[in-house]
This record gives sequence, structure tokens and C-alpha cells, in this order.
Amino acid sequence: MTGDIPGGISAVECDVLVIGGGTAGPMAAYKAKVKNPESRVILLEKANVKRSGAICMGMDGLNNAVIPGHSTPEQYTKEITIANDGICDQAPVYKYAQRCFEIIQELDRFGIRFQKDQKGDFDVKKVHHIGTYVLPMPNGDTVKKALYRQLRRVQMLISNRYMATRLLTGRDGRIAGVIAVNTRTSEFLVVRAKAVILCMGAAGRLGLPHSGYLYGTYENAANAGDGYAMAYHAGAALANLECFQINPLIKDYNGPACAYVAGPFGGYTANNEGMRFIECDYWSGQMMLEFHRELQSGRGPVFLKLDHLADETIGEIESILHRVERPTRGRFHAGRSTDYRHQMIEMHVSEIGFCSGHSASGVFVDEFGRTTIPGLYAAGDMANVPHNYMLGAFTNGAVAGEHAIDFAAETSLVDYDPADVTAERERVLAPLKREDGIPPNQIEYKTRRLVNDYLQPPKITRKYEIAADRFAEVREDLDTAMLARDAHELMRAMEASSILDCAEMAVCASLFRTESRWGLYHYRVEYPERDNENWLCHTLLRKVDGVAICERRPVAPYIVPIGNEERSAYDKQRLRRPA
Amino acid sequence: MPIANTPTTVPVVIDADKCIADKGCTVCVDVCPLDVLRISELTGKAYMKYDECWYCMPCEADCPTGAVKVNIPYLLR
Ligand SMILES: Cc1cc2nc3c(=O)[nH]c(=O)nc-3n(C[C@H](O)[C@H](O)[C@H](O)COP(=O)(O)OP(=O)(O)OC[C@H]3O[C@@H](n4cnc5c(N)ncnc54)[C@H](O)[C@@H]3O)c2cc1C
Ligand code: SF4
Ligand code: SF4
Repeated sequence: MTGDIPGGISAVECDVLVIGGGTAGPMAAYKAKVKNPESRVILLEKANVKRSGAICMGMDGLNNAVIPGHSTPEQYTKEITIANDGICDQAPVYKYAQRCFEIIQELDRFGIRFQKDQKGDFDVKKVHHIGTYVLPMPNGDTVKKALYRQLRRVQMLISNRYMATRLLTGRDGRIAGVIAVNTRTSEFLVVRAKAVILCMGAAGRLGLPHSGYLYGTYENAANAGDGYAMAYHAGAALANLECFQINPLIKDYNGPACAYVAGPFGGYTANNEGMRFIECDYWSGQMMLEFHRELQSGRGPVFLKLDHLADETIGEIESILHRVERPTRGRFHAGRSTDYRHQMIEMHVSEIGFCSGHSASGVFVDEFGRTTIPGLYAAGDMANVPHNYMLGAFTNGAVAGEHAIDFAAETSLVDYDPADVTAERERVLAPLKREDGIPPNQIEYKTRRLVNDYLQPPKITRKYEIAADRFAEVREDLDTAMLARDAHELMRAMEASSILDCAEMAVCASLFRTESRWGLYHYRVEYPERDNENWLCHTLLRKVDGVAICERRPVAPYIVPIGNEERSAYDKQRLRRPA
Repeated sequence: MPIANTPTTVPVVIDADKCIADKGCTVCVDVCPLDVLRISELTGKAYMKYDECWYCMPCEADCPTGAVKVNIPYLLR
């Protein structure tokens, strides 16, 4: 089914194409294939599916497991609605909550174990404000291997080292496929598909880490926001991009400390006096605002405090934190002679990003993972199901895969305009054709430094306007002078382009919402109050006639009602000090 | 404007005595999510070609001979 199309570009066809083989992607592709074994499913990945994505070294636990006997789908849906300040279409969250236990059982069959207590019951921990959802994974380092085994078992067609750059749509607006470029040879590939599932992770290289190191990010640094940029250029709606991802991280290391692991053992976030100042260590915008305030107040720096715990407890925490997820944590601490037994761990407020896995900024989807473009789906961190985390990526990936394969069975491939491929080829290859110019790392550094200077909350209107001018200047440079000397640099050049797209979307969405919401994530100095009368709605951003347009979209009527007194649970973050 | 090369010290170190890339191994190059490792045509051993590292460790974890060591990038250390 491989053929050549004019211009030396190879083309392949399939029923369902999944882009991004990190967490949601492998599950989406697997479920599609299992549901219809006769179908042709392709999994396309910029890196290598064996070790790609946020979970490349595994995970220490599920942050949001809804397990019968410990919590209910209704409770979870309510908690996430409240945590996300009411801006939540509950149907996708409820669907996730109903199906995630079945996915846990499936992962268990794949060989991934989940912690049980002496009675054989799931050992779920309380970290959220209201419910109990955190479930440790004792062999969490094996997640990727277990997934990969399943992909091999179903003989999944995998294309590694292909970076998707733009989606193709047909004249009727339906999805037609994708254009990708090989990251080692710059070869072009067109994949025609009846349905496409975007699973390309967060926009993790938006702000610049304080260390100044471009790749010293919280997110897997391969996640440059390509998925957001591609959805935008295809005309899909993106929701609530102003609800930034900002995390409390180990200073300089820029990884999680992680309070979800240490919390149940008795660790907590403390100020310079060693005192608690927040009620609950669950990551929310409201929590980050208190964190920010503590730093501003002169009682900072802020720390993760473990030094009061027993030696063996600390040993147990170390055996988790220094082995899975971000295992170089131990080396980082050793380099600074930080021992959890004797020192608190300095934390800070991270740079900004887009991510729905942790906050709520993503491509707009319904409860089947469908975007606003027929045949185009999204799942995982880049799909706007709030606070969705790893199990959300798996579960919603599964939901999207199953829906997409049925959709594909009822449709045919759509024709795209060959001129779109020619134009994209010219755009992508332009940096390789220049003999002189600006390397992508400088374009990227400048964009991200400007993001920090002007977009990091608190948000100030004038600063956002200045940022828009500066980004326009960088765009001029990117369009006319960006230089790549090999295929690898070309990948970085295309990433720089996605990063700039995301930066401009961040400006547009943030200026549109003239209120403050989600704590620090969207704290606008000129509009410090939450304005439910006018803004209890989504912000949808989309490209219309070449420019970004924002509009309001009402929140779908709640399936699980929320009582008035419950609504403010996440607002009461600051611990009241005893008089 | 011409391009200059600014030096950086790279975080990932490969023990050339242990590396068996000359026998056909490319594991670390294959698994790296940031695609920053290569086999040197000069030495026949793996090395870090681009200083664009997420200090994540698949290269070290999957190397069959224990030749790879991931250090924290200098700017973060
Ligand atoms: C450090 C860290 C710790 C975390 N800890 C926890 C935890 O303890 N518990 C929990 O539940 N959740 C945790 N999370 C969140 C969870 O890991 C993520 O929500 C989830 O893995 C996201 O899955 P995803 O498929 O959306 O993205 P990813 O798994 O990151 O996959 C995205 C994939 O897309 C690929 N890609 C990107 N651009 C392109 C392109 N242009 N073309 C082709 N492919 C592309 C990438 O290479 C990558 O493989 C953590 C996340 C991080 C970063
Ligand atoms: S994985 Fe190890 S042995 Fe193989 S090429 Fe890399 S360093 Fe050499
Ligand atoms: S630590 Fe991660 S990013 Fe760095 S070289 Fe190894 S695999 Fe690649």
C-alpha cells in the first residue's frame, strides 16, 4: 500500500492513524486494532515507541484511579469539576471515571502491578481535597515494556522517527491524513487515513526553565506542542489555553519532588520556617497561587519537607523517587549533597506550558475523543479533559481508538488538495535550503525567554500586548531566515515553529478571558476576581481565515450536580495559622 | 551572518571500552527520545552529538554493557 506521489514523496494509506506513541497513543492504536483485527492501523512517532513520552522510564503511580469501594465516578467527576473551577464538560470526565477501572485491570493483565494492602484490596491513597484516588505502582518502571509487548503481539505497524508537521483535510472538511518528515533523513511521508488520533502530549517547551537549559523541562522535551499547532492549523477548536500548566517542581532539576509519593508517607510542602502553608498538596491552580504568594511574602523559599520522617520511611521514598519516572533525581540531589534525611528540598514555580493532563488546556474533545473536525480525535495531555494524568491518557486513548476504528469502517479515504502537500513541503524544507541564517535553537530560546518575561502569570494586559509584537518579529525571522544544517536541526526548526504558534495562542486566549480563574494559571492583575456571570464558559480558540479567533462556549449542563457549598472546596487552600 | 559554534559540556558519557557499537549495537541511539546520540564514524563508539538532553535515562537503562552514564546537564546541576 506504499506508493509514490509526485515530487518524490511516499504515501501510505490506513484506516486509523495514531500520531504520538507515548502513553495515549499506544493504547489507542492497540484498542483500534483489537476491535477490528482486519483493519490497518499505523502508529507514528517522532522518537521511538519503545521509550517515548512522559512515561519513558515508567511512573510511580496512578494519580486519579477511580476504584470501586474507594470512590465513585460521580464523586470523581464532582471533584474534577470543582478543582477546575466549574469549567468542565462532565461527559468526558464521567466516561473516563466509569471506564478507568477496567483499564487498570487490563494494565494488570499486561503485567503492570498496582499496590494492594494486606487484605488484597487496592492500597489507594488520599492526596486530592475530597476523594481518594492515588494508587502506587510497585513495578511502574516496566510500563513502557508491557505496552510494547502488546503492540508486538498485535503486529502493530509502527513508524518511528517520523515527526508529523501538518494535518490534511478534504474539501468537505473531513480529516484526510497527515504530513510527516523523517527526523534523520528529512524524507517526506504522507499518510492517508480515514481517522486520525492526535496523542502528541503536552506543549512542554513553551516557557524557558529558570536554568536556561532548553531541555530542562518538566514534560518530556520531545513534546514541543506540535499537536496543538497542527490542530490549530487544521482548524480544530482548542479549549481554555489560558489555563496554563504551572507545576511545583524541584528547583533547577524541574521535575516533580513528588508530593503525591511523599505525602502519604508524611512529607509535605513547607515554607522557609518549615511550616505547612497549604491544606493539600494536590496540584491545582489555587494551590500554585498560594505557593506563588508564599514566595512573594518573604517566607520562601518553599520546600518539600521529609527530614522529620524515620530513616526507613525515607529509604522507601528514595527507592521510588530515584528509580522510576525521573530516576536522575537521586543524582541531582547527590550532586548538591542533599539528603532527604537532613535537608528539605528546595522547590519553585515552574515555567508555563499547555497540558490538560495536569490542568485544562487542550484540543476540544467530547466523550469519544472527537475534536471539532470530523474524523479527527485527540487523547492524552493534549486533549482538554481536565486533570487527566496517565490513566486518563490510557483510558481516553482506548475510548478514542475504539470509536475511531468504527468510524473508519463506515467511511472512505478523503481526497486532499495536492497543493497543500507542496506548500507544506516548501515550508518545512525552507530552513535546509538556506545557506545562512538563524539556527533554530536561537529562535526557540528567544521565543521562550519572551514567554517567561511577558506571559508568566500574574498576567498583565500591556505585557501580553508587547509580547504579541515581539512574537511577530520572531515569526518574521522564523519565516524568512531560520537555518537548519541537517535533518536533526530541521526537526528542531519545526519544533521552534510549533512553540511560537503556542506562544501566540497563549496570548490570544489569555487576553480574551477578562477575569481571573484557576488560581495562578489565569491570574489577570486587572481582573483579579472570578466572574461567573460572564465567564463560566469555555474559551474556544480556532483559526478562521488565517487568524486566531476566540469565542465563548457554554459549559455543558452538569450530569453530576454540584452543591453551592461544595463549589469552593479548592479555594480554601491556605492553612489558617493558629492565633 | 555566519554561524559560530559555542562549546557546551554534554551530560551523557559513554565508556568507549565497554561500548560494543563496533559489533553492531545501536540501542542507546535507538531509544533516546530526543535523538541526540550517534555512533561516531571515527571511533565506532556511541557519543552524545547534541546537547539537548532530558536526563531521562533510557540510554543508560537499556545499554547491554553498562557503558552509558547520564549526568545532570551542567546548567541544572
Ligand atoms: C515527570 C512527569 C511525572 C508524571 N507523574 C505522573 C504520575 O505519577 N501519575 C500520573 O498519573 N501521571 C503522571 N504524569 C502525567 C502523565 O505521565 C501524562 O499525563 C501522560 O503520560 C500523557 O500521555 P500522552 O500520551 O498525552 O503524552 P506522552 O506520553 O508524552 O506522549 C506523547 C508522544 O508524542 C510524541 N510526539 C510529539 N510530537 C510529535 C510529532 N510531531 N510527531 C510524532 N510524534 C510526536 C512524543 O515523542 C511522545 O512519545 C507525569 C508526567 C510527567 C512529565
Ligand atoms: S547501547 Fe551501549 S553498547 Fe550499545 S551503542 Fe550504546 S553505549 Fe554502545
Ligand atoms: S538521558 Fe534521555 S535524552 Fe539524554 S541521551 Fe539519554 S535517553 Fe537521550
